[in-house]
Amino acid sequence: MRALLSARWVTLGVLCLVIAALPLVFPSSYYYRVAALVWISAIAAVGLNILMGYAGQVSLGHAGFLGIGAYAVAIGPARFGLNSWLCILLGALLSAALAWLVGRTILRLRGHYLAIATLGFGFLIALVLANEARWTGGPDGTPVARVSVAGFRLAGPVTWYWLSGALLALGTALALNLEDSSVGRALRALHDSEIAAALAGIDVARCKLWAFIIAAVYASVAGSMLALFDGFVTPDVASFLRSIDLVAMVVVGGIGSSAGSILGAGLLVTLPQFLTVFAEYEQIALGLIIMLVMIFLRRGIVPTAQQLFAPRRR
Amino acid sequence: MTLLVAENVGIRFGGVRAVENVSFAVQAGHIFSIIGPNGAGKTTLFNVLSGIYRPDSGRVLLAGEDVTGMPPHRLAAKGIARTFQNLQIFYGMTVVENVMVGRHLREDRRIVPSMLGLPSAARQNRATRQKAREILAFVGLGDPADEPAGSLPYGALRRLEIARALALEPRLLLLDEPAAGCNPVETAELGELVRSIVRQGVTIMLVEHDMRFVMQISDRLLVLDGGRTLAEGSAAALRQNPEVIAAYLGRHGAREANPALS
Ligand SMILES: Nc1ncnc2c1ncn2[C@@H]1O[C@H](COP(=O)(O)OP(=O)(O)OP(=O)(O)O)[C@@H](O)[C@H]1O
Ligand SMILES: [Mg+2]
Repeated sequence: MRALLSARWVTLGVLCLVIAALPLVFPSSYYYRVAALVWISAIAAVGLNILMGYAGQVSLGHAGFLGIGAYAVAIGPARFGLNSWLCILLGALLSAALAWLVGRTILRLRGHYLAIATLGFGFLIALVLANEARWTGGPDGTPVARVSVAGFRLAGPVTWYWLSGALLALGTALALNLEDSSVGRALRALHDSEIAAALAGIDVARCKLWAFIIAAVYASVAGSMLALFDGFVTPDVASFLRSIDLVAMVVVGGIGSSAGSILGAGLLVTLPQFLTVFAEYEQIALGLIIMLVMIFLRRGIVPTAQQLFAPRRR
Repeated sequence: MTLLVAENVGIRFGGVRAVENVSFAVQAGHIFSIIGPNGAGKTTLFNVLSGIYRPDSGRVLLAGEDVTGMPPHRLAAKGIARTFQNLQIFYGMTVVENVMVGRHLREDRRIVPSMLGLPSAARQNRATRQKAREILAFVGLGDPADEPAGSLPYGALRRLEIARALALEPRLLLLDEPAAGCNPVETAELGELVRSIVRQGVTIMLVEHDMRFVMQISDRLLVLDGGRTLAEGSAAALRQNPEVIAAYLGRHGAREANPALS
């Protein structure tokens, strides 16, 4: 118990420390911007890890929920005069409802049905966002109204750095709490053996559905943050490549580990910035790095490191 | 009192009649064993009783209630627990967490308190862990509780499955070849464990190939062959049954089951 408890606090403590200390080494506000993007992506990745890492189910269309969250804060205030914060909530609710609808039937089936169904779902959302130009501005995108708190306009990378960092810390705390709870154990159990989990009294289909809904809400909130931060949103937010990016973050960092998902988000967001020197070979270099990580650190970066540095038993 | 009744249970896979027209009744507090050669349908019968398969014909009654075709998690809630011939361990978890999973139905399973990490959730975790440790100590796995489950040797994994099943506080425990891969000493210890589980008021159904073990421990036995019932009765009655001796026990088996013959 001590081990698990301390692991939870170590992860959270290190995360808060990194968020607090990182600005000390930032030479310019550009770095705040990149870091804020990392935190926002990490929110989605930590959520997706609940589905993929805990429950062992794959979603290949998770950017669809990013898109719903993003367009909720774009359309709600502009078309209906709704408060932006309220729209984050509404987007999350809509995402949860859609996840429930998609997941309800699919998750009863075993195997890779969810991956395929979510793939279709992601394409569908991207398609709707691009084609319903009257509402979404079409492929060119649409501006997103800035938010304010008590008359103070939230703009600029520094503000968003702290805001998204705080939200990531909160999201991580919730995910870590879940991991060491009755439901979290149920998810991790059905990952290893659905039959044994069911015979332990776990409603496997229902638990998977919860994981999918939670992951959808995380992604939706991250999408809202992204749109509010950028002040503009295009259907690209829900693209297939985005979905693959999210999966890569979870897998490269180490599936099942929240810390790994955050690290994965950091790598997947920052590496392209460094790799711009490779110009048109940027994508190839990125793919190569991911491949190397997966070949040499098969379980992902964080679990492999933990195994290396863990005190040897017996 | 009769705890479990199977009435004309049958199930087939394609052309294979894995279980055909099998009926029996298990008295509460008994050890009821199912024996039979490989492929006789013993595990398939367990899969029907625990809700993994829905039978094509027949009924299953638990304490008088028709539970035929009920999904496994609901049967678990009704008090049926089991272990697996081919181990189904949660390898991504520690030993004690494996058993904690067995407490699922006794826990508050709401999402929001779990995610918020409320004091009630922490309290519940402590209580569940405490109970799981007690059960592990009961099956003789007290020491490696915090090790990864995968670090346990094979025999210990079989005990871990029993511990996980006991965590459910079942009325009926199905054990599928718990002594497989055990040496004689371990088998004897297992016998002791099974008896002490029965003393706690749990009814046991046992599938086992070790004749000496199963004949000693069982109150009643069902002999399956090719999915059909060959015989049913007490160990003493089966030892005298010429059909059983001829078709299944054979000379060697008969000697093992009945030392007086050799
Ligand atoms: N899911 C399935 N699909 C097809 N055939 C099956 C399935 N499950 C069991 N069978 C078949 O049913 C028959 C009975 O198998 P079962 O596993 O119940 O035997 P068993 O008595 O447990 O044997 P063992 O002593 O080897 O464990 C076998 O012929 C097996 O091939
Ligand atoms: Mg079997």
